[in-house]
Amino acid sequence: MQNNFIRKIIFDEKSRSLLIQTLTIGIFALVIYELVQQTAYNLDKRGISSGFDFLNMAAGYDISIRLIPFTSEDTHLRAYFVGLLNTLLIAVCGCFLATIIGFLVGIIRLSSNWLFKNIAYVYVEFTRNVPVLLQIILYYSILLHLPQIKQAIVLFDNFYLTNRGFYMPSPILKEGFGIVLGSFGLAIVATYFIKKFFQRKQEKTGKQYPVFLINSAIVIFTPIIFYYIAGMPIELDSPVLKGFNFKGGMVVRPEFLGMLFGLSIYTAAFISETVRSGIISVSKGQREASQALGLKNNLVMRLIIIPQALRVIIPPLTSQYLNLTKNSSLGIAIGYADLVHGFGGISLNQTGRAIEIMMIVMLTYLTISLIISFFMNMYNKAVQFKGNA
Amino acid sequence: MTKLKSLFVALVLTMGLSSAFAGSHGSTLDVVKERGKLMCGSNTGLAGFGNPNDAGVWEGIDVDVCRAVAAAVFGDASKVEYVPTTSKVRFTVLQSGEIDVLSRNTTWTVSRDSDLGLDFVGVNYYDGQGFMVKSSLGVSSALDLDGASVCIQVGTTTEMNLADYFAFNGMSYESVPVETNSEADAAYLAGRCDVYTTDASGLWASRAGYPNPSEHVVLPEIISKEPLGPAVRHGDSQWADIVGWSLNAMVIGEELGITSANVDEMKGSANPEVKRLLGVDAGYGAMLGLSDDWAYNVLKQVGNYAESFERNVGMGSNIGIARGLNALYKDGGILYAPPFR
Repeated sequence: MQNNFIRKIIFDEKSRSLLIQTLTIGIFALVIYELVQQTAYNLDKRGISSGFDFLNMAAGYDISIRLIPFTSEDTHLRAYFVGLLNTLLIAVCGCFLATIIGFLVGIIRLSSNWLFKNIAYVYVEFTRNVPVLLQIILYYSILLHLPQIKQAIVLFDNFYLTNRGFYMPSPILKEGFGIVLGSFGLAIVATYFIKKFFQRKQEKTGKQYPVFLINSAIVIFTPIIFYYIAGMPIELDSPVLKGFNFKGGMVVRPEFLGMLFGLSIYTAAFISETVRSGIISVSKGQREASQALGLKNNLVMRLIIIPQALRVIIPPLTSQYLNLTKNSSLGIAIGYADLVHGFGGISLNQTGRAIEIMMIVMLTYLTISLIISFFMNMYNKAVQFKGNA
Repeated sequence: MTKLKSLFVALVLTMGLSSAFAGSHGSTLDVVKERGKLMCGSNTGLAGFGNPNDAGVWEGIDVDVCRAVAAAVFGDASKVEYVPTTSKVRFTVLQSGEIDVLSRNTTWTVSRDSDLGLDFVGVNYYDGQGFMVKSSLGVSSALDLDGASVCIQVGTTTEMNLADYFAFNGMSYESVPVETNSEADAAYLAGRCDVYTTDASGLWASRAGYPNPSEHVVLPEIISKEPLGPAVRHGDSQWADIVGWSLNAMVIGEELGITSANVDEMKGSANPEVKRLLGVDAGYGAMLGLSDDWAYNVLKQVGNYAESFERNVGMGSNIGIARGLNALYKDGGILYAPPFR
């Protein structure tokens, strides 16, 4: 019986591999356990305190780039959220801008216009072959050489461009703004039905209508009309130069702009290549067939080529979004107050809890990345061929 | 880069790799002797404190502490390897054992002394936080700085003093965080910020390096106590004594009038404390685990505190700081070393 068992392990492939895999996992778990133990021991031996109690202590420093209120008396935990929001802000804005630039450049590279095609080519080759950190520092340095605050460039009376940021009026919402917002919502709902309506009409008559134009007009003009009906419920708070800085209004800091330009221009180069490969992957016959049916060029692109190209584009596009998000941690180089800079840098230094803070920061990036992947995978499923699995 | 470094150090700690040498070394002194050189955590570049000169040789008042320790241990002040550290990574680098002593204009505070597992062993420069602005702004007091943009090095006590000072005086400001002294200079000169704040000594050092130093003024307010001194890892008292007394020997040297020039003739002095210090009376070196002539080597090769101060930051140097608080207690300052007996 015993003999049989041993023989089975040695000669039976299935049992053997099961044994090896179990052993591997066991050793791996042991190594991890040892590492954790050893770390705790080392920290203790050096008299370095550990634990997560620091999260509720006052941070003691200020963060000037922030989406939620923060003072030096707030906790490290709140500093974490300030940093997290800044990271998400740059990630979302960066991905948005990179996608637009990427699609445009990708399509231009396939155009027959020699000049545009080659400008796009040079752009792609230049940006994707230079480290993104250098590009971020380059854009930031350029922004720092804008005029100083007292010599601000004035645009449209109350927009100011300086090396401390781009100052603009901020809207103050008054009573009645709900009406404008509501009308905007209704306009968007209406466009859906209008589109349906014209689609049905087109199916019956075969005639095409400028649906996009009509809908755009509705979405833009409805809120404007209601804005005047409601008695102009938005007041502008303009920035005014007082003492050292502008007071009032909103400001976009050069640190944010440097990051935004650096990340999106860099990532857009990769996205454009993805888009180009996606479009090329659609067989020539598809284009020829749709042209033979008499579709106009932009309709060929919109109705035939792009939907098929998306199936190729989405998976690599997802990795580009992930790259951009992770690269946003380079904000530390120019003082953009993201997660790594504030919580992962200053809090770390003030409290000395290197391991705890790094773990929190890494887990946060992991979570953000997994969430992006999840949604992109859902979108990917939505654009795949249906029913021919 | 600094981020990478701190990450790396955290990783090393995490992986317990450091346990290999943490476990094996009995005392820091043995490790240093075996290695044949002292690993000294220094600034990335702060004129007068820790900065490589044109020939690439490190100079400064903080650097002199490391040179003194090397002179005491090896009898050769040049046996030092300098590890430039930013304000953010300096403690991690020391904790992980990458350096033996941190001598990098670092403020001695209670949390650093206890919570971070460090021991400060003395003060080699009594400093305080100040503000520097362009004179064209016409600001004469720090209390006029409401609403200003302030350049500040991250991970420093300065950062917290600044927050406290502005909050206490009901003033607002925009903090512009920078990593190193040179980044701060660049941002300040470009006008990204109106004010640069750090320890007053650092401001004077930066100002000396600007194209037109006279266009910048250091405001009179000193808003904090910043005793700067060398730190070692907690738990090795022998090593802490050696570093602390290397510094003390320089101060006592000044008190007794021993300089690098006259140290040889002072050996013949009748003053009992001079005889004890210079090892004419044997036995005091062994108490520290050093040779009897350790303090002689410190004073011969590095000089006394006054020499170090004048050479690096004093009125004779291009930084031009007066002794002030850093004069001996008997000259109106607060510099005071325990007696050598």
